[in-house]
Amino acid sequence: MNEEKVGVYVCHCGTNIAKVVDVVDVATWAGEQPNVEVAREYKFMCSSLGQELIEQDIKEKGLTRVVVASCSPHMHEKTFRGACERAGLNPFLFEMANIREHDSWITDDKVAATQKAKSLTNAAIARVVHHQPLEPIPVEINPNTLIVGGGIAGITAALELADAGNHVYLVEREPSIGGHMAQLDKTFPTLDCSACILTPKMVDVGQHANITLLTWSEVEELDGYLGNFTATVRKKARYVNEEVCTGCGICIEKCPAKVLDEVFEVGMGTRKVIYRPFPQAVPKYPVIDKENCIYFLRGKCKACELFCPTEPNSIDFTQKDEILKLQVGNIILATGYDLFDVKRIPQYGYGRLKNVFTSLEFERMVNASGPTDGKIVLRDGKTPPASVAIVHCVGSRDENYHKYCSKICCMYSLKFAHLVHERIPDAEVYNCYIDMRTPGKGYEEFYHRLLEEGTNFIRGKVAEITDAPRIPAEEGKLVVQVEDTLIGRQRRVPVDMVILSPAMEAKPDSKEVSQLFKMGCDFDGFFTERHPKLDPVATMTEGIYIAGACQGPKDVPESVVQGAAAAARVAGLINRGTVMMEPVRANIDQDKCSGCRICNNMCPYNAIVFHEDRHVSEVITALCQGCGTCVAACPSGIITGAHFTNDQVFSEIEGILWDVRPEKVLA
Amino acid sequence: MSDKPKLAMYWSASCGGCEISVLNIHEHILTVDEVFDVAFFPCIADFKVHHVESYPDGYIDVCLWNGAVRNSEGEHMAHLLRQKSKFMVAYGSCAYEGCIPALSNLTSKEATFNTVYFDNPSIDNPNKVLPTESVQVTEGELTLPTFWNTVKSLDQVIDVDYYLPGCPPEPPQIWAVLQVIVGALLEGKPLPPKGSLVGHSGVAVCEECPLEKSEKTITKFFRPYEIVPEPGVCLLEQGIVCNGPATVGGCGALCPQVGMGCRGCYGPLPGVEDQGGKMLSAIASVIGAGEAGMDEHEIERQIEAVVDTIVDPAGTFYRFSMAHSLLERAKVNGKGE
Repeated sequence: MNEEKVGVYVCHCGTNIAKVVDVVDVATWAGEQPNVEVAREYKFMCSSLGQELIEQDIKEKGLTRVVVASCSPHMHEKTFRGACERAGLNPFLFEMANIREHDSWITDDKVAATQKAKSLTNAAIARVVHHQPLEPIPVEINPNTLIVGGGIAGITAALELADAGNHVYLVEREPSIGGHMAQLDKTFPTLDCSACILTPKMVDVGQHANITLLTWSEVEELDGYLGNFTATVRKKARYVNEEVCTGCGICIEKCPAKVLDEVFEVGMGTRKVIYRPFPQAVPKYPVIDKENCIYFLRGKCKACELFCPTEPNSIDFTQKDEILKLQVGNIILATGYDLFDVKRIPQYGYGRLKNVFTSLEFERMVNASGPTDGKIVLRDGKTPPASVAIVHCVGSRDENYHKYCSKICCMYSLKFAHLVHERIPDAEVYNCYIDMRTPGKGYEEFYHRLLEEGTNFIRGKVAEITDAPRIPAEEGKLVVQVEDTLIGRQRRVPVDMVILSPAMEAKPDSKEVSQLFKMGCDFDGFFTERHPKLDPVATMTEGIYIAGACQGPKDVPESVVQGAAAAARVAGLINRGTVMMEPVRANIDQDKCSGCRICNNMCPYNAIVFHEDRHVSEVITALCQGCGTCVAACPSGIITGAHFTNDQVFSEIEGILWDVRPEKVLA
Repeated sequence: MSDKPKLAMYWSASCGGCEISVLNIHEHILTVDEVFDVAFFPCIADFKVHHVESYPDGYIDVCLWNGAVRNSEGEHMAHLLRQKSKFMVAYGSCAYEGCIPALSNLTSKEATFNTVYFDNPSIDNPNKVLPTESVQVTEGELTLPTFWNTVKSLDQVIDVDYYLPGCPPEPPQIWAVLQVIVGALLEGKPLPPKGSLVGHSGVAVCEECPLEKSEKTITKFFRPYEIVPEPGVCLLEQGIVCNGPATVGGCGALCPQVGMGCRGCYGPLPGVEDQGGKMLSAIASVIGAGEAGMDEHEIERQIEAVVDTIVDPAGTFYRFSMAHSLLERAKVNGKGE
């Protein structure tokens, strides 16, 4: 049939493959297959020696095709393509058979695994003889970067890139950057003032010549690909002219309408209808909350406009949403997290028992610029609690809600205990925990500090919080029902205040966001990284990176590390200027296209144009990302996906079914 | 007989339209008569099988075979004519890819017999009489061929040299192919490579179809009687299933020009393995349902609602190509036979 000379290399991967798959048998068998010139097995094909084996055979035996049966192509396709290239063979004349993730790791059945390894290897052999040499496609990288989310991860990434001389568009949904960290009072374990360490960075962002800050804005659409994205951003109307506003705040002072601040103050305080979320907000320009504005509701008021001292007036009730088209080369998503809705656990009483607080409510309470000026008081706003219970793992490590450990709750719960001791020295503090999880620099030491500060630690999951007393001592108290597993007894702890430490969870719209940016998110809604160990900030989509808690629960230092890491990845691409992309592209046979136009609106990258004059469609190679949608859609079968041709795919199928092909259909 | 090249045409599971199509090449039929001696052509001349059996191997120069192979008689004749012919042409859709008879591959022989001999509204068969392969009568034994469970294309039974698509093939294409054969036989001109699909345009039907085509989003499909198509506009865009994009041209796009979606009788474009699958994939690609951010189940529901408006998808997309498709036949009672 075919003149190609194939070299087949079966990897032991130490014992990862060899302990289940009979690699010697697979290699011997492969050597007997058509077109196979040489078949070998080797301990570690990815080692230098393994790669040299391939290079040597290409040179000495004149191999024209190479198959390596080993791990996932995600791991080592690049490695072996490199080996082929070094020996003068086009890297696309290589094919990988995954006999580890798809075979040895999923069964203990040696016979079945060996048979499957043969099928997978045979599929690769059958396919590779139909491979064609391909040349990578150079893509220019637009040096501008879009960062979505202005929390600490996004801020860090923006500053890293901007300081290195690159332009950044930082898009934030809320009126100010700062994210959750701006709401916190202290950060564990050093008890740094959160605002004190965050606001300088926010100011840097606001003033940086290389950063275009777009707050009160959201990304609505994304087109393009690595190096050449076009993001459509809706800049919501602020009704304040940023060109002239000085941020003096007189409008806020004069605004007659007050509403509950459910975002920044988590319902613990109020704000005006024209407002800045907090005093150090960046940018300084306020925003009018149209839903509650008296003028927008009743057509009268305009107090803000009346008192605005600028010339011309900064208030502009006619402002409309703006749609911006941003051209960027890379995107970093740092969209952050939400807290688990504690009302989902009714037995903890939040919303029903007034002195049950959430962690974020407590953060605002202890914050000096918060609604109680930093005083720890009950819901009445004046009484300091004599006893406080802090409940760990609310919604996390729980089969009913989130199975994962939310990672930061033990530490911030300890921080809360410390803050209660500090502000109300006589108060009794109870921390109810399942396991104390304090890995991190200085974290375990902080726990020990709390042990010395006299916190009562109860190891057990809280069953219920109730205001129904059983004994006089429980009258007027909140009673925490918990099994103390260390003493093996049920306890009822009467306290004045309960703080729930809810799990960090993905933003409710994370799925839509992941679809918008064409990348994956897991069942919990956290964005999926390219590799959990070795590529934590890249995604499966080239040019799209993730940082911070949108990828999974994280504390501040980890979010900062990820922000910087994502920035470094992007900076690397910007420095290179041009990257070589896989030449896996679709091509329409211009002589055979009938112009039916089925493919025309299929392409997610808008890479298909229809030529009215010639009545044919064409794929613009530079825009094509090789997804294959049009190839599948073309009813005439005249769109070819390079590296995924009919010949290649059908041969692969035939190859894999070598031992199960049914007898020809008869009678 | 003279020294003229010998022509044969034989039918198996077919409707006879292919024979008519040969005669439908008008005055060219006189040229055919001039060039060829007819060696076997039961539809137009009285030949018996024993005449064919008496020919030496390769005696017939060109045999046009039409019809799918459905029973033992068809198979016997296919082998016989293969042996006696230099060139075997699978003529028309039934021989090439199974055509309408092969739709019975979606069911079993038993079910087919039940329909044909018992269940059809026009059948009156109170004694439940079924054809049997052998019956004794006073004059002796009468036999019938064995009826198979599966309908096959000609090339699933014997080696085929050329394929001429169409149900039936269109006269200009038949004449063009005959000219090539005549040129080869009389003047030694080159023939296309063995196994070629001949007598088509190589490009989808849409190329020949004058209707205006735009980007497509289909939200409802109509059966032909349910809609009066807007003139001049691509039928598929109007929700009339038209297999034109998945069907090789050469027919002149006759059907869509009179408001009838292409049935797909010329079969897939060369290189496409499965015409029905390709058209299904294309249809799936242009269904207009759901919008960004919509709940998955709701999108699924909307897609299903659109798909449900396609009546008889298998018969619509595999009307001509079932036997030759990747499917070949449906599994009935868990069996692939």
